[in-house]
Amino acid sequence: MTLEFRDIGLRQGNFSLQANMSLRRGGRYAVIGASGSGKSTLLSLVGGFLTPDQGGLVWDGQNITDLAPGQRPVSMLFQHHNLFPHLTVKQNIGMGLRPDLRLSRTQQDQVTRVLDQVGLAGMQERRPGALSGGQQSRVALARVLLRARPLLLLDEPFAALGPALKAEMLALLSRIAADTGATVLMVTHDPADARSFAPDTVLVDEGRVHPPCPTGPLLDNPPPGLRAYLG
Amino acid sequence: MAAGLPLSLGHLVAAALATLILGTLAAVAWWAGGLGGLTEWDWRALWFTLWQAALSATLSAALAVPVARALARRRFRGRGLLVTLLGAPFILPVIVAIMGLIAIFGRNGAVNEGLRALGLPEIGIYGWQGVILAHVFFNLPLSVRLILQGWQSIPSERFRLAASLGFAPRDIARHLERPMLRAVLPGTWLAVFLVCLTSFTVALALGGGPRATTVELAIYQAFRFDFDLGRAATLGLLQIALCVGAMLAARRIVVPQAFGTGMDGGEGPPAPGGWRRGADALVITLAALFLLWPMMAVVVTGLPRIPLLPPEVWQAALRSVVMAIASALLAVGACLALALTIARGAGRWVEAAGMLPLIASPLVLGTGLFILLRDAATPQQMALPVTVAVNAAMALPFGLRALIPAAQALQQDYGRLADALDLRGWARLRHLTLPRLARPLGFAAGLAAALAMGDLGVITLFASDQPTLPLKLYQLMNSYRMADAAAAAVLLMGLSFALFWLFDQGGRLDA
Repeated sequence: MTLEFRDIGLRQGNFSLQANMSLRRGGRYAVIGASGSGKSTLLSLVGGFLTPDQGGLVWDGQNITDLAPGQRPVSMLFQHHNLFPHLTVKQNIGMGLRPDLRLSRTQQDQVTRVLDQVGLAGMQERRPGALSGGQQSRVALARVLLRARPLLLLDEPFAALGPALKAEMLALLSRIAADTGATVLMVTHDPADARSFAPDTVLVDEGRVHPPCPTGPLLDNPPPGLRAYLG
Repeated sequence: MAAGLPLSLGHLVAAALATLILGTLAAVAWWAGGLGGLTEWDWRALWFTLWQAALSATLSAALAVPVARALARRRFRGRGLLVTLLGAPFILPVIVAIMGLIAIFGRNGAVNEGLRALGLPEIGIYGWQGVILAHVFFNLPLSVRLILQGWQSIPSERFRLAASLGFAPRDIARHLERPMLRAVLPGTWLAVFLVCLTSFTVALALGGGPRATTVELAIYQAFRFDFDLGRAATLGLLQIALCVGAMLAARRIVVPQAFGTGMDGGEGPPAPGGWRRGADALVITLAALFLLWPMMAVVVTGLPRIPLLPPEVWQAALRSVVMAIASALLAVGACLALALTIARGAGRWVEAAGMLPLIASPLVLGTGLFILLRDAATPQQMALPVTVAVNAAMALPFGLRALIPAAQALQQDYGRLADALDLRGWARLRHLTLPRLARPLGFAAGLAAALAMGDLGVITLFASDQPTLPLKLYQLMNSYRMADAAAAAVLLMGLSFALFWLFDQGGRLDA
């Protein structure tokens, strides 16, 4: 069971992206590359916010290229705006189960349980504005846990957190990924995050997506483009 | 785009709007006789329309400069309130302001009493002077707000730099203020000119006759008194040509936002002492007096008499409130559908459709709709629905200005999250769109309701047995029942402001 990028090509003005690779189920991949190299574009392709001009995306033997974002086997955490500020914590999480928020008794219990699991018991009725940055990340992760989609995309959702908090979130993320057996693609600027979280790394260099390599050796002995970026 | 751009409700609304406006204009064009059908009076109306709009714009902009400067550099108690009040004329019913101006500048008004006591000649409020006076009354505040924004857009660091270089007020004016005015004044002038170009109510109440008839008023007269539909349609084409010409001119000049927010920022320019202090105080007092005195006069006369108003005035008030709410809901629904579609990246034509009402004046739309519907309904039957529809259409451009940026920000910030969670249709509207856009929606609805409540335009073409409150007020004025008219005016003003306030506050109730 794999996620396959079959000769994918996408053109946006002067920028173009090519990807041809396959990712293992349950694998954890860091996505690394300079700003503007196409990391977020790659995630948007998987998330369904962009459609490739050519090629296709296949998950578990099923072509998902033309599925709408909400229909894909994907949970995604964005850099910003992962929570609706006007909804309570409970509603924000519940939306992962039923967008119209008509939750059954069981579903409400599920929401309470995941809140417990991310360490936010008793905060159901708060609004995101009344939470700290770390707590907001936990709410977003709780929703990921609840949805339990097999693909998890992270577009630097923890970039604004301090180092200690970020490490905490990555640990929680590891647990969730292990619990749900999800395949994780994580964009990061920080080689240390890549080393600690992802055994494999996908390098994106000026629109070319390189198939995954083991993270350690890649970072120890980077190709010229990556070397320039890492400094 | 993910699944392409599906045809949405917004496309439907845009198409309906384009059909309504362009279809109406086509009907007008079809009926229009050649220009040869126009009389000398009609050509005079065209000339007067241009002339009064230019003069009103020039006077408003020129008088606004010292007021805006004084407000920009002085801080005093009640300044914030005064700046807020400067926005009020936008939703003040025109006919109410005219009552106030007559109370002060009319034959028995305070100004003429004073002139008589001094043995000086009286001034008349009827005729072109009255039209200009009323236009300045409405557009001076608008101009002050626009120019004040210009003053506040000068970074305070520049003023500090000027102070450290020892600039005198004259130097500040030359190096900082005049360049700003050169940038702001053309747009301000044009904004007022555009408003005055479609002036109807003011000309109806204060103008008329060969020397003070606008094209809009000439349409009304051709339609109502001569029942010459061909001539009314030809005049309508003339009015459209005026609006389109002015819109094309406006593309070259940046017309600033008329009803914006954020009026208070920074410390403003330095406040020079000496005679300039006294001059600023005088300017602010005079401007406040000019704007508040007429309204106070109406309120003082009218407020105590409201309980004595005859039942038909209350019926008209109820009718108007219902129509205003219907107009507001129609306008805001259409605005929302258009704004959401535009925010998703629809073609420019959707946005253009939303701005179409700007090229069609209410009287032209009324004439066109009459031509289209006259086999299907009597004028009496048409009057109220057509008024509701035309008022809703006229409110669209203002509502869109408030909603499009908010809808774009919503799409930008939460569009992908909502898509990722499969939040669609009714659930998306209820849990995301309405709560996040409540404020601009409330503001747009308030604006549309107040504008519809106070409108005395297209209704005059049709009905007299089911008058709206503004029409009833106009009828009271024409039969010289001035005490009842004053009371009705206060009621109308109160209802207009109340509708705006209720909708606007409704949008602020944080869910």
